[in-house]
Amino acid sequence: MTAALSLVASHVLAQAKVLDPGRHHVLHPAAPQAGHIEWLYWFIFWILFAVFVLMIAAFAGAGAKARVVASGPLPIVEKDEEADHRAGWAVGSAMAITVATLFVVLVLSVVTGKRVEGLTSKNPVTIQVTGHQWWWEVSYPNSQADQTVTTANEIHVPVGSPIVILTNSKDVIHSFWAPNVTGKRDLLPGYSSAFWFEIDQPGIYHGQCAEFCGLQHAHMGFSIIAESVDEFQAWQQQQLKNAAEPSTSEAIRGREVFLTHACLMCHTIRGTDAGSRFGPDLTHVASRNMIASETLPNTAGALAGWIVDPQRIKPGTQMSPNPLSPDDLQAVVAYLQALH
Amino acid sequence: MAVAESIVANDQDTGQSELALRLARTWRQPGGFWGWFCNTHHTDIGIRFMVTAFIFFLLGGMLAAMIRLQLIRPENSLMGPDLYNQVFTMHGSTMIFLFAVPLMFQGFGVYVVPLMCGARNIAFPRLNAFCYYLYVGGALVLWGGFLTNTGPDVGWFAYVPLSGPSYSPGHRADIWSQMITFTEVSALGVAICIATTILRYRAPGMTLNRMPILLWEKLVISMAVIFAMPAVMIASGLLLLDRLVGTHFFNPAEGGDVLLYQHLFWFFGHPEVYIIFLPGAAIISTLVECFSRRRIFGYTPIVVSVVATGFLGFSVWVHHMFATGLPQLSESFFTAASLMIVIPTGTQFFCWVATIWYGRLQLRLPMLWCFGFFFVFLIGGLSGVMLASVPVDLQVHDTYFVVAHFHYVLIGGALFPMFAGIYFWFPKMAGRMPSETLGKWHFWLFFIGFNITFFTLHFLGLRGMTRRIYTYSPDMHWQGLNVLASSGVVFMTAGLLVFLANVFHSMRVGAIAGNNPWGDAGLEWSMSSPPPPYNFLHVPTVSGRDPLWEDPPDQAIVVGLRDDIRETLVTHSLDAEPQHKDEDPGPSIWPFLTALSVSAAFVGSIFTAWAVPIGAVPVIATLIGWLWPRGESPTPLPTGESWLR
Amino acid sequence: MASLNEPIRTPLTLDVSALPSVAFGHRNTTWLANVFYMAIEGMMFALMFATYFYLRTRSTEWPPGHLPPALRYGAANAAIFLVSIIPAWLVRKRAPEGDRRAVRNGLLFLALFALAATLLRAFEFTTLNCRWTDDAYSSTVWVLIGIHSGHLLTELIETIVLLLISFTPKMEGTRLADAAINSDYWYFVVITGLMVDVLIYGTTRFL
Repeated sequence: MTAALSLVASHVLAQAKVLDPGRHHVLHPAAPQAGHIEWLYWFIFWILFAVFVLMIAAFAGAGAKARVVASGPLPIVEKDEEADHRAGWAVGSAMAITVATLFVVLVLSVVTGKRVEGLTSKNPVTIQVTGHQWWWEVSYPNSQADQTVTTANEIHVPVGSPIVILTNSKDVIHSFWAPNVTGKRDLLPGYSSAFWFEIDQPGIYHGQCAEFCGLQHAHMGFSIIAESVDEFQAWQQQQLKNAAEPSTSEAIRGREVFLTHACLMCHTIRGTDAGSRFGPDLTHVASRNMIASETLPNTAGALAGWIVDPQRIKPGTQMSPNPLSPDDLQAVVAYLQALH
Repeated sequence: MAVAESIVANDQDTGQSELALRLARTWRQPGGFWGWFCNTHHTDIGIRFMVTAFIFFLLGGMLAAMIRLQLIRPENSLMGPDLYNQVFTMHGSTMIFLFAVPLMFQGFGVYVVPLMCGARNIAFPRLNAFCYYLYVGGALVLWGGFLTNTGPDVGWFAYVPLSGPSYSPGHRADIWSQMITFTEVSALGVAICIATTILRYRAPGMTLNRMPILLWEKLVISMAVIFAMPAVMIASGLLLLDRLVGTHFFNPAEGGDVLLYQHLFWFFGHPEVYIIFLPGAAIISTLVECFSRRRIFGYTPIVVSVVATGFLGFSVWVHHMFATGLPQLSESFFTAASLMIVIPTGTQFFCWVATIWYGRLQLRLPMLWCFGFFFVFLIGGLSGVMLASVPVDLQVHDTYFVVAHFHYVLIGGALFPMFAGIYFWFPKMAGRMPSETLGKWHFWLFFIGFNITFFTLHFLGLRGMTRRIYTYSPDMHWQGLNVLASSGVVFMTAGLLVFLANVFHSMRVGAIAGNNPWGDAGLEWSMSSPPPPYNFLHVPTVSGRDPLWEDPPDQAIVVGLRDDIRETLVTHSLDAEPQHKDEDPGPSIWPFLTALSVSAAFVGSIFTAWAVPIGAVPVIATLIGWLWPRGESPTPLPTGESWLR
Repeated sequence: MASLNEPIRTPLTLDVSALPSVAFGHRNTTWLANVFYMAIEGMMFALMFATYFYLRTRSTEWPPGHLPPALRYGAANAAIFLVSIIPAWLVRKRAPEGDRRAVRNGLLFLALFALAATLLRAFEFTTLNCRWTDDAYSSTVWVLIGIHSGHLLTELIETIVLLLISFTPKMEGTRLADAAINSDYWYFVVITGLMVDVLIYGTTRFL
């Protein structure tokens, strides 16, 4: 029984937000989808908790009633029609209750599933998310190619608008999951699928890859940045622009270094000769909070450390080390930090 | 031939010990170093399966401890991703393929099924021995790979395309695939032996209606193995072909499909859960009956539940794939099917409660482990109900919530019954009683440690901690719970050490057990402990479900089986009427040699496809050596008239 | 459980000494094992067939950019399979009668048919109009026919071994039963062979 109580206690504690400074939690919904699921979770939880208590009570009661302390094997209980009859009724009723309970769970589950998955808007914001080992390519497709925003790992969405996520994968299977927002969806190579959500409260919601995808599965995070419609549109306008022209001499030299070293083999910076799509688009890299798929803060030091030896930070990552001279490194970092 | 007609009074009481001597001479297994490899008696092979699988359980447990140590703090540098990925893959693969099935199905089954049937040996004892060596071969390949830094690193279900040729160069995934081939051929062979033993070697009178529940479960599991394991062999076989000879089954660029692999794998993978759980349930049913001192309540509903579980197990595989984005209709169907599994499982629980309630409960050591099972498996089963619901599953799938769930189900459904079963049949195997005191220490340490570790994981899952990550950021605030979870390992390790001490101690100085120390009803308790090489001095007959409890003292015994050759009695599959006699093929070195040549071919095919045609030559040669008839029967087989056509 | 107060009674006996020691057909334990074995292999074929049709749904064209496999050798092989049922049936019928000569002749013909089918199969691989490395369709065709060839080869070797035994005095009792079971297995090889033919020659042309 103590274990049963601790089960309740810990669930109650888990509900108390004060214990969860990260607010990264399945049961702290920021979207109606996660909200429906949270409701279903608690509904099923309390049903099952009651079942648990009853079953443990039954076993404990049976044990207490029937227990005999003896050293050797006891004689066999004589056949007792009466007892069998009563046991039959008890087992039969328990089975009936089980079936009824399961039916309730089934119906609620299917209804909740419909509420989570049914799309209610004709005018959603559509976002294409493509999984890569080990980062997320994010684009906001538009019929006009030059109106398509492409970024990585940070997904800006307007609060209160329906969002449709189109999924795809470039290599292995990944799974897109932001616990506060909605359930996960696998990104499968060879398949594209769509699901939707809508975020109520502005904020930054962390997400990560949930399907094991190789060496750096642990460092494949993303974030969903929910902001007001105005902020979102401003962000989008900014992202549509070509890369900012470097203004300082150091940044100008940084661009030179970028375009004459291995960087341009993998990365795009719109407005320059760098146009490869193998790695994340860096046109507005300075506008992001984090780098390396939410592994490091977007600071000069972290950026420099990442450029020189990404294999130390994310062993196995597709980016190779860049043994730049200190001056070159500083220049590239200055250039990248100017790409707002 | 009806049992009743041919029963006559036995007037030859004398000569029993002479008979025992003659049978012992006829059924003797060779000794010595080579003799060890020739042994085909099921009690010896069964114990080998159990001991070997238990060693791999300890190794798998050490890997688990490494995992818990790595996760004890954020950004721990104990292991890099390369090693960590190998470690968790090895942990899962070892526990499922080298421990759970070999011990719970093969080990217990091979040991106890012929004894419960009243048979002198298992059917096809050479195939059975072959399966043991093949299992060892698979285990050595997997661990050999790991110890030479080529351990598989793609997870125990090795999803494509991650495990395919493009994303897993080298031989790590090949080693995983071939380990599957080894262990699944082994399980399939044993399934054939066990199913045939149950259907054909039952003592006269043990009709299906009188068959112990344990035998019913072993029969259902054998069928599940026969129909489920081919799927994983196809999945891993096609994966190997993709990797080795450049086929495109799972390559989307060339018309292949990545979900095909998941369907094939989980079509095996979910029945596999029941292949692991049903042997546990079988042990529980046996022990609940014995320690409640009452014939089990609800024999028929339990049998129907077991069969239903076997069937339903095949209809729920897609619930492992909810996150792939399926149509709503199939989601609803697989939710309903998954929830339905609760009904037969619940029925068994209710019948166990009823049996205890109306019985005389003796809380001996094995029964204590049964109560541990009730608690742990109940939690696992209930969290399973949550996972059957698609929306909830989509949130907690691939998180530590699921890790917690399946450890509750698998450790609850297999490990707790396993310890219950080991303590229960230890007197039969070793001839001595286990220490109850040490056993209780073992129980409480393990039970507390287990719950500390795995109950905590539920909360980590809800807080968004995903499976298979080798490190995490301090910003996630997962450290406290991880420390708590890891601390349970200390208790579990201590419990296992106490268990080992108990086994080694009791084997030497435990109280002498006698034939039937627990006063159980099964036929396996009617002979001395440990059983003689011929198992039964006289093959018994039975007239009820609980032979040693119900059968009258003048219950007939079978006479007329020859004692100068290894003759066994074959009975009818349904009503267990005697039909004819078989000759046990006896000890032989060929199963071992065949297993060696098959292993060579399998290992070779990790490196080149040519190993298949070249390796087939010694395989065929040893198979012919195995099956070629040799030696003359002491008297020629009767011709014509007496054949059963 | 026997109570100590009851008089000790001598057990009755069930005498089985007169029971036969050889059983044919479904009562033979090896027959049952063979049924389980065929269930396992049948399951593998069924899953490969399912794989074939599953992959077909992932392709707009089937076969994708290949001609269907040429009929020549496949059709000849199907004919051999059908005719080979006769010696298999003969062995199965005569073995329980202890007719060792008929069994030997039956095994001889069965071995010859199996050999012919195996040789033709080697040619069949040259007329598939694809290589296994081409695409998923080609891989399935090769693996389907390859798995079946494995069974064919196994059956050929088994039949030859039984044929060799049939020239020795050891072809008695249990071995005759084994020869009859071998025929059951040949039926299985024939049936799965025809199904593979329907799949790779038939459905590519007519469905």
